[in-house]
Amino acid sequence: MLYTPAPLHIPDGFLSILVSVVCWAITIIVIGFAISKTNKALGEKQIPLMGVMAAFIFAAQMINFPVAGGTSGHLLGGALAAIVLGPWAGMLVMTAVIAVQALLFQDGGLLVMGANILNMGLVTAAIGYGLYRSVAGQSKTVKLTVVGIAAWLSVMAGALLTSLQLWLSGTSQLEIVIPAMLGVHALIGLGEALITVFALAFIIQTRPDLIGEGSESAKASRNWVFAGGIVSLLVVLLSPLASADPDGLERVAKDLGFLSVGQDAPYQVIPDYTVPFLGETALSTILAGVVGILVVGVIIVLIARGMKAKS
Amino acid sequence: MHFDAFDRYHEKESFLHRLDPRVKVLVTVIFIVSNALLPDGAWIAFLFAWLFVLAANLFSQLGIGYSLKRSIIALPFALIAITVLFSMPGKPLSTFHFLMWNLTITDAGLLRFVSILIRAWLSVQMAILLVAVTRFPDLIHALEHLRVPAILTTIIAFLYRYLFVLTDEVFRLLRARESRSAAVPGSRSGGGVLWRAKVAGNMAGQLFLRSYERSDRIYNAMIARGYAGHLYTLNPHEMKSGDYFTTAFAVAVIFILQILGRL
Repeated sequence: MLYTPAPLHIPDGFLSILVSVVCWAITIIVIGFAISKTNKALGEKQIPLMGVMAAFIFAAQMINFPVAGGTSGHLLGGALAAIVLGPWAGMLVMTAVIAVQALLFQDGGLLVMGANILNMGLVTAAIGYGLYRSVAGQSKTVKLTVVGIAAWLSVMAGALLTSLQLWLSGTSQLEIVIPAMLGVHALIGLGEALITVFALAFIIQTRPDLIGEGSESAKASRNWVFAGGIVSLLVVLLSPLASADPDGLERVAKDLGFLSVGQDAPYQVIPDYTVPFLGETALSTILAGVVGILVVGVIIVLIARGMKAKS
Repeated sequence: MHFDAFDRYHEKESFLHRLDPRVKVLVTVIFIVSNALLPDGAWIAFLFAWLFVLAANLFSQLGIGYSLKRSIIALPFALIAITVLFSMPGKPLSTFHFLMWNLTITDAGLLRFVSILIRAWLSVQMAILLVAVTRFPDLIHALEHLRVPAILTTIIAFLYRYLFVLTDEVFRLLRARESRSAAVPGSRSGGGVLWRAKVAGNMAGQLFLRSYERSDRIYNAMIARGYAGHLYTLNPHEMKSGDYFTTAFAVAVIFILQILGRL
């Protein structure tokens, strides 16, 4: 068959309306940014280029290589698109790809398309480009290694987000969906990483002029490194935590009121809405969360400083 | 490969085919949102929603079972929801042994699982019908009318236009790999997994370069034909009174569905 559905595309019906709407809101904001940035930075020439590149990602997903036992590795393309086209254009290209997959092939739903774009297009591009920029100016080996790690992480991030959305919608149980999704996608991510690295190596070797280094200002590039770093760190920290102690994550979400909000339709939430964090235990959980975020933030800033000093 | 190799459009003379694409997109989206809003176990509402889908099938002249035949596509994903069968607290219905677990299906779990499946199944049928009765360029045009940013719809239009060209390119690459992968019967050709991944990666890189260079040629050809940043259509969409009436009728039916689901 010309087109085979990939496992990350959520169909309609599997996410609650609130989770779908929140994901759409995030996606629309990010895409809005991407559009204004692309309009500013690129001329009309870029539009045919981005369109053909979207078709390229779509077609490249058909290239596969046999792994073992009838399974095969293939490309999803979020990280590759962001690296070769830049982050904003990469996001728009992935959005178009996911939209066509949903509209034309019913691979992924319409109401949940916001979530699918977020999981497979936006987060993957942020991780791919952010980590790639963090090693700008380094040797080719370092760059390709980091690209491989970024490609693998981008798939894991998509899987993690998908699991969390399914769980918040009350569709899947956390202690099963997280290990199952992350386990499967750890392997899928390996295929993604290998193809992305070899494709990029090939492009750098034949047309090094296409992969521009200094197209972005130093500040914008630092922001991307920062964003990519944070998302990657979240995946790295949250995945083992969620796999090892899903009850902990569930408890935090319950205390914060996420669970009831996510699993009920909004018309039930609004009438008897109670402020969930007035309880003393819940308050302490939130404080712990804030402290945790602060600690992580400080670590990231320190790492970023260290990287800046080195480069 | 022909340009419409990927299209799911079925040429027919029907009421749904003639309807303005905007109406079709809007009603499809409202129907899917309505499915998501229906509470678990609203069987009567689900039944009427299914009748709505059947009626749409009838009005499309594609045959009453058209969307049903293609709706299996969303089913593999049901696996991901299977855990709710056992995890919702409720009256135990049956217990069975699977590998190392004793699994108990509860009534609440079963209710939720079946409801999720029905929602997904109804929604995907409507989406299948939408692309079967609407040409894809018309669909993109409708999205533009519905305030989707022009840059996105243009990218989607290009993606659709060049997808079959690049698919041909992929098939050429795959054929080239195939023809260079001779093997003694019974043994595999080529090296290990890493080597095969490298070949696939090089193919993706090659495809990128060919696509990139093609987009350059396309752009030059477009400039030569007067491209100035946006696309024109010779097929302006016009809402007729019948389109407004159909929209109002469909929205009213979906509203009644919602009330039925809450009774």
